[in-house]
Amino acid sequence: MEPESLSRERYLSVLIVIIISLFIGLALLVVSKFLRPKRPYREKLTPYECGIPSTGETWDRFNVKFYIVTIAFVIFDVETVFLYPWAIVYKKIGFYALLEMYIFIFLLIIAYFYALGKRIFNWRED
Amino acid sequence: MKETLYVILITILKTALYFGILMLHVAYATYAERKIIGHIQLRLGPMVVGPHGLLQPIADIIKLIFKEDIIPSNVDKKIFTIAPLISLTAALSTFAVIPVSPQWFIADINVGILYVLGILGLGTYGIIFAGWSSNSKYAFLGGLRSVAQMISYEIALAMSIVGVIIMAESFNFIEIVNRQAQYPLGMFLFPQIIGYFVFLVAMLAETNRVPFDLPEAETELVAGYFVEYSGIRFSLFYLAEYLAMFCMSALATICFWGGWTIPPLLVKIFPFLSFVPPVLWFILKVYLHMFLFFWFRGTLPRYRYDQLMAIGWKVLIPLALLNIVLTSLIKYYL
Repeated sequence: MEPESLSRERYLSVLIVIIISLFIGLALLVVSKFLRPKRPYREKLTPYECGIPSTGETWDRFNVKFYIVTIAFVIFDVETVFLYPWAIVYKKIGFYALLEMYIFIFLLIIAYFYALGKRIFNWRED
Repeated sequence: MKETLYVILITILKTALYFGILMLHVAYATYAERKIIGHIQLRLGPMVVGPHGLLQPIADIIKLIFKEDIIPSNVDKKIFTIAPLISLTAALSTFAVIPVSPQWFIADINVGILYVLGILGLGTYGIIFAGWSSNSKYAFLGGLRSVAQMISYEIALAMSIVGVIIMAESFNFIEIVNRQAQYPLGMFLFPQIIGYFVFLVAMLAETNRVPFDLPEAETELVAGYFVEYSGIRFSLFYLAEYLAMFCMSALATICFWGGWTIPPLLVKIFPFLSFVPPVLWFILKVYLHMFLFFWFRGTLPRYRYDQLMAIGWKVLIPLALLNIVLTSLIKYYL
């Protein structure tokens, strides 16, 4: 085991890398700002639409399936969050941990088949 | 206090070196892609700028910096301007914990895999922000598709790595590689073949590459979520995509291909291989995966959206779960 201060400094380096990454992006934007031309006119600033004026709202209603898939994602992602620490320690805890995770996965599979039956993963209505 | 300052300074220097080399690799990955796809399609690829077009990526970078940055009049300006920055920061900061050899890394933290997966997940925000704020139908559809695709395959990706974690009993990248070196073949690839397959498919979908490049399906959505971007902001998205490809290749190399170690069996047959520096061996494996990306792009047609969702939810996730159950059972009784 290493002293705690050392490991804290490792996370500090991660933070520094994140800041540098952000800085690189910002630096590219700023450098380009001084070098690029700026000649806007009305037609140039219209949204892209194959040469004709675009009609209707963009931020309109869209297919509800995107929303349902997101909910399914949350459920499965929480399961993954449980699986990760379990994967490291289950052998130390013993058979109990193994069995418990299998029961958990089994319950999830029931829910999964329910979702399949409700056809939420089918994007074509036929 | 003095020690902390020292750590900060060293990290900045290390990061500058690491990112400098990384950016060079990214620039030439775009060249390699154009060249390889060119030859697959019986063309020559870039030939004009420099010998065999070798200076093409540098010309591209200069061109993109000097291009006008068009911000359409009806966009949500704040979100529109920061979206590419989020994508780039997320893709770039994953490399904080990815080691290229036992000595060459920026930070060696205990939760390396969790960090990489978490930060890669943040990249999705850049895409949904770009798609929504552009106020263009193509961008909106592309953004929606992209997010649904990325979150669907994120589950498969995360689950495919659980098998590796069970075998390595660690989240730390260096520990995972060391554990693989104990096997005669020096890789988790063979015991984790199902996991690797799931990872490979999910990796293509997560980086929005062919055959899962629906968000930017150029025949129907023009360019998907970044259709309204131009100049430097467009190139930030482009950069983020290639960085994510490198990150995924590095992850596949570390988790399934034994990282920088040379399989012990191979060393026994060819003893001279032990003189290959670990870094070179690592880069070779990463470029093997990068070549896969290019090869698929040159060969495969695009999936339909319903097929894409069906593959993610009905094939990959059950396969990944099966892999977890099998691996944990075998590992428990071994």
